[in-house]
Amino acid sequence: MYVAVKGGEKAIENAHAWLAELRRGDPALAELGVEQIVQQLRLAVDRVMTEGSLYDPELAALAIKQARGDLIEAIFLLRAYRTTLPRFAAACPLDTARMALKRRVSATFKDLPGGQVLGPTFDYTHRLLDFALAAEGAAPEPAPEAEPDVAGTLPRVTDLLAGEDLIETAQSAEDEERHVADITRESLSLPAGRDLRLQMLARGDEGFLLALAYSTQRGFGNSHPFAAEIRGGQVDVSLVPEELGFEIEIGEIEVTECQMVNQFLGGEETPPQFTRGYGLAFGQSERKAMAMALVDRALRAAELGEESDAPANDAEFVLYHCDNVQATGFTEHLKLPHYVDFQSELSMLRRLRAEFLAREDSGEGDDQEAAE
Amino acid sequence: MNTKAAGYNYAYLDEQTKRMIRRAILKAVAIPGYQVPFGSREMPMPYGWGTGGVQVTAALIGPLDVLKVIDQGADDTTNAVSIRKFFAAVAEVATTTATERATIVQTRHRIPETPLREGQILVLQVPIPEPLRWLEPREAETRKMHALEEYGAMHVSLYEDLARHGRIAKTYDYPVLVEGRYLMRPSPIPKFDNPKLDRSPALMLFGAGRERRIYALPPHTRVESLAFEDHPFEVETWEARCRLCGAEDSYLDEVIVDDAGGRMFVCSDTDYCNRRQAAQGKPNPEMLGGKA
Repeated sequence: MYVAVKGGEKAIENAHAWLAELRRGDPALAELGVEQIVQQLRLAVDRVMTEGSLYDPELAALAIKQARGDLIEAIFLLRAYRTTLPRFAAACPLDTARMALKRRVSATFKDLPGGQVLGPTFDYTHRLLDFALAAEGAAPEPAPEAEPDVAGTLPRVTDLLAGEDLIETAQSAEDEERHVADITRESLSLPAGRDLRLQMLARGDEGFLLALAYSTQRGFGNSHPFAAEIRGGQVDVSLVPEELGFEIEIGEIEVTECQMVNQFLGGEETPPQFTRGYGLAFGQSERKAMAMALVDRALRAAELGEESDAPANDAEFVLYHCDNVQATGFTEHLKLPHYVDFQSELSMLRRLRAEFLAREDSGEGDDQEAAE
Repeated sequence: MNTKAAGYNYAYLDEQTKRMIRRAILKAVAIPGYQVPFGSREMPMPYGWGTGGVQVTAALIGPLDVLKVIDQGADDTTNAVSIRKFFAAVAEVATTTATERATIVQTRHRIPETPLREGQILVLQVPIPEPLRWLEPREAETRKMHALEEYGAMHVSLYEDLARHGRIAKTYDYPVLVEGRYLMRPSPIPKFDNPKLDRSPALMLFGAGRERRIYALPPHTRVESLAFEDHPFEVETWEARCRLCGAEDSYLDEVIVDDAGGRMFVCSDTDYCNRRQAAQGKPNPEMLGGKA
């Protein structure tokens, strides 16, 4: 009797033991190594690093292993670890023009300095299941390699447009001195500046942003974007330690950057020009970077004086709901006990029903209906 | 768990984060009922599972504290067990199930039946801090409404209940007015517990992690549940009494005991119930004890 809510402690321990057993699976099979995940499930690692906002492939792979491949759970694990790390400095802005490119495509110019580089992409593969992969086989032939381009600056397409003044100036260039907000340390306040919005979008759920971006293309939002450029590869990270006073390189990371351009017919004080939507993600996360760029631009509709009544234009709606760690926690908290509140509702419902039935018995209900 | 906790700061959060949270708490105490934004951190438990309360407790707790954690009034519900174990590991703190022995009580959905005393702190886990949220989904708007003390919409919504059902149908998370100024959501406690908020000698702190808000009721704050002159505020009542301890004055949970509609009522506050049973000389194998 009265056992349903008892024994929590033992139950939790046993449940977690079972989970560990299922995570390992059949012990007769080789165990999945973190290094294998880093190498062979790299795009999952990239997504977990991006939305977990921590660039660490080994830890992301460990999180994926621990989460049994549940990427949102892995993102959560990485975030909970990240939040305990000390913050010793802020990096200088990445110079993506100096990226060691793996991939670079532009949908706006047929050819351009540096050319188009397809890189390792799923694009133009035929989506036929490759049964040969199911059988363990030898490593594939090494892919042919081009002569590496001389390292140096390869201007971004938006820089080329800027040369002709055809595109708005990026905000950061205007006021470099401004304090950049940090969404991981401060509470989101509205209206949110673009720095806050981009930070939220960068760690926002890929699926949610993808759906929002898609909605702007289908008419919920007035957007006519061009993918000016998508580039991916290694970029240097540097910072200026206070005691030195000059920039030093501390390492390099792989990122994917997407710059969308949208036509803007100009306002009273601004000439007609292209406007920007910006997306940046760790690793090779192209879908995320593109979706982010579209949503970033959609969130700027109001400031540019465009119509802004679609869901993707609504900063409060987008920013408050794009974080999958928050969303999954709150959605799933419904499985926690709610018997106290439910009891409260139950007694109210019984009372209201009793009153309703009493009214009906006395015929009062009919009168009331007639009166209505 | 102890080995896992190694490498983390005392009570999990780093000292700067604790200081930030303490500042938010001080501001909240200074403006009773006002929701103070704070830089909520990811915690090792999911949002919506008590991260706000856990952060408030982590910012307050010290080695000399005695912690009690309840969920639905009970010390042994799974989430309460999990949070208690977390603090026992990361803050090496004594835990208890006895309300009067605790210096900090973290709770979800209930206020203990045993009256709290001066010097105790009740930390409530809050899912949605904004009392006006179902009337106005936008944060930018609701903050304005609080600033302007524009609470008519809430009264209208309660009046609509009266017009439709003959009574106010809100049963938990029942809105209160704090010191005649801020409309506040007491977190989803049943309205049965609302009177315990009024002029409580204990400090009450409310933490909403996902929504990044902290608010407070300093001791002896006037807290008034909204009502109308001709429809005064009333709490839930039962025709039954607790089957285990016979209490008539406590909040009761309904437990279904068979598949033929059989049910019984028992105290939701397990500590209160266990101690009443002990006083009546009933054997009590279920009592969680001896931990502190």
